[in-house]
Amino acid sequence: MCDQTFLVNVFGSCDKCFKQRALRPVFKKSQQLSYCSICAEIMATDGLHENETLASLKSEAESLKGKLEEERAKLHDVELHQVAERVEALGQFVMKTRRTLKGHGNKVLCMDWCKDKRRIVSSSQDGKVIVWDSFTTNKEHAVTMPCTWVMACAYAPSGCAIACGGLDNKCSVYPLTFDKNENMAAKKKSVAMHTNYLSACSFTNSDMQILTASGDGTCALWDVESGQLLQSFHGHGADVLCLDLAPSETGNTFVSGGCDKKAMVWDMRSGQCVQAFETHESDINSVRYYPSGDAFASGSDDATCRLYDLRADREVAIYSKESIIFGASSVDFSLSGRLLFAGYNDYTINVWDVLKGSRVSILFGHENRVSTLRVSPDGTAFCSGSWDHTLRVWA
Amino acid sequence: MAAGPAPSGGRSREQMPHLSKMERVVVSMQDPDHGVNMRSQRLLITVVPHAVTGNDIMEWLIHKYCISEEEALHLGTLLLRHGYLYPLQDPGSLVLRPDETLYRFQVRTIYLAKKNIRKHGALADHEKEHHGQLHRKINHMWDLVVMQAREQLRAAKQRRKGDRLVVACQEQTYWLVHRPPPGVPSVLEQAPERGSCTARRVLMTKNADFYKREIECCRRALGRTRVKSSVSLEAYLKFSNQHRPHDPIMSGCLPSNPWITDDDTYWAMNAPRVAEPTQLRVERWAFSFQELLQDPVGRAHFMDFLRKEFSAENLSFWEACKELRHGGQAQVPALVDAVYQQFLAPGAARWVNIDSQTMERTLEGLRRPHRYVLDAAQLHIYMLMKKDSYPRFLKSDMYKALLAEAVIPPETKRRVFPFMWKPRRSSPSPALLPASASGDCAAAPGGPGGGPGEA
Repeated sequence: MCDQTFLVNVFGSCDKCFKQRALRPVFKKSQQLSYCSICAEIMATDGLHENETLASLKSEAESLKGKLEEERAKLHDVELHQVAERVEALGQFVMKTRRTLKGHGNKVLCMDWCKDKRRIVSSSQDGKVIVWDSFTTNKEHAVTMPCTWVMACAYAPSGCAIACGGLDNKCSVYPLTFDKNENMAAKKKSVAMHTNYLSACSFTNSDMQILTASGDGTCALWDVESGQLLQSFHGHGADVLCLDLAPSETGNTFVSGGCDKKAMVWDMRSGQCVQAFETHESDINSVRYYPSGDAFASGSDDATCRLYDLRADREVAIYSKESIIFGASSVDFSLSGRLLFAGYNDYTINVWDVLKGSRVSILFGHENRVSTLRVSPDGTAFCSGSWDHTLRVWA
Repeated sequence: MAAGPAPSGGRSREQMPHLSKMERVVVSMQDPDHGVNMRSQRLLITVVPHAVTGNDIMEWLIHKYCISEEEALHLGTLLLRHGYLYPLQDPGSLVLRPDETLYRFQVRTIYLAKKNIRKHGALADHEKEHHGQLHRKINHMWDLVVMQAREQLRAAKQRRKGDRLVVACQEQTYWLVHRPPPGVPSVLEQAPERGSCTARRVLMTKNADFYKREIECCRRALGRTRVKSSVSLEAYLKFSNQHRPHDPIMSGCLPSNPWITDDDTYWAMNAPRVAEPTQLRVERWAFSFQELLQDPVGRAHFMDFLRKEFSAENLSFWEACKELRHGGQAQVPALVDAVYQQFLAPGAARWVNIDSQTMERTLEGLRRPHRYVLDAAQLHIYMLMKKDSYPRFLKSDMYKALLAEAVIPPETKRRVFPFMWKPRRSSPSPALLPASASGDCAAAPGGPGGGPGEA
């Protein structure tokens, strides 16, 4: 009666009964264990009350989801593009590459802006993390991580540190130093520990806390100084690939997207999921809040980007075109929220009119997938990183 | 050989939706009625059946998807790079040429049909099923495909020159796709494996806990108050409209966008703590209370205003609560105590006026201090300022004067001649600056704190 299929590739001593059996990986809270099939089945049914079976719980969940969709549909009286008919169409858009940052020897996987609007940190497949002044294109710091595929990096709000992680399953914080006698790697602080790769990380409003997302299906909030886990967020049914913090002074929420095609909004304080949206047809690679905080956009392997309204509690727009076949890896809004920039796996960047739902412009330039895209903090430009080893700043 | 790249790194075809989408494009390109013009093409003295020119492919793509030439070229090149098309001339190049260059389609069905014919129906079970499925799906093409397959087999037997050429080109393309020469990116490269909910790979055991959480989440979601679409969507129009002049990408910025003109004056004039804020910046303070508080200059002026009204302790309290919420875990007890002594204790020097219910709850929570213990009180004071002091500030003479005095920078255009371009000025890294006393930038643990760099 268990709803699971498995891939057996290990034979050894079960972590529960200690018998020599074929083992499969099993997750309890955030810990990965190896159970034999009997113990795994027992564990799956752990916590069931009388008259409950996994199948009955699953069908209850499905029926509640169905009811939720009905409730959401009741208040849906108009489409976004209808409301947007009153708005002027956008004219031709000319955006060019204004800077090309060359220096990574391998695929660029992630980047983030510093609050000073010109510095960026970028990370790549070969473990290199570089801090650039992208205005002058000078490299200011470089550190080599002990792992490959550094899929996440973030700049601290103060501009004094960076965080990064990837296949090492950790998130490490490096204080930035100009002291020639100091090795940056020496002051490295290991903050987060996950049981699978780190896919995204972000500082919250200060240098003292980091939010991480991981391939182990969880997100977590950590205290940087002590490395203590402050809160963990469970609910995704597969790898979590991205997260974004809400731009609100009063609230304490963030959104995450994962391989289970779900986008979930979380309350940082309680660890609970506040809202969930499941309309994408494939992995969600990127989520980003609309500047007002009332909505967020997502980019997915199903080649669409979608807009979800948090107050109406539903998906309100789909940005797609028949000629766009490859997945969107990364999305971000312009400062006013009128434009959505999305980087795709077909090497292009598409610019969407958020209100009208139409594509405004397509930008060519990268010679391999666009893996990451962020608009600068003051909205004067956006930076894209690609598997072609370069980063480009467009304005 | 089967068309299209074989997925590597353990990702199944279901997990790569772009492959099936490309296949659909290629199939519709071969539709006899609405597909690309296919004809027998003459290549020097050889006649090659069922070939298409680059031009025809481009035109078809432009027409079918309503895209520009550049985009059609890009899409066609991607199809080529993934092996769905192969060139008959110059097989070393996998870039679509929008001219009379000839191409043919790699169709997986040809492979299967060939196998079927050769072994007289002795396909493996899954291949038979696949064969049957494909037959059903594109039976209008079936005759054409079988014809092509027969012809390829005959060609292999007779080794006619034209067919040898075709086969050679197919093979070359196959190797270009699967083993690209150095310097050419491989389309087969994948990121590290991802677990996925689709069949055959599951990372989590979906146990009782998982479903119970889902059920809880749904129940909570059902209880949410929802807003009508018409209401919430209006908000986007209003927001975009209001912020449009402030969006440099949409409306430009004065004096100029540093990335375009290489002149960073814009950043100097909009530094976090500048003495003379620009007009656009002062206007933004009126958009929302959050905009005002987020801007250090705005917040400082608001603090001055509150001092005149003898309610500055509200803002100070709010800042202290923020520091607690976002501070280090180790500082929590000390900060909570400091806040209590300064703002909440009876007879405190800067006592804040919170309603009795909230005060009671807060004092109760202070027995076991944690970083969220002041949330209720902080929200109360925030709403107080937002509903009361903030509107008065916007109507005040102080704000009106700020608006009037605010700077509008003159526009500077990009200098046309290269020798007149300004060298790009570097700026001191924020990591170098000494710690500054500020409410909004928390210092890095153990390192120098500092605000963002100011040019």
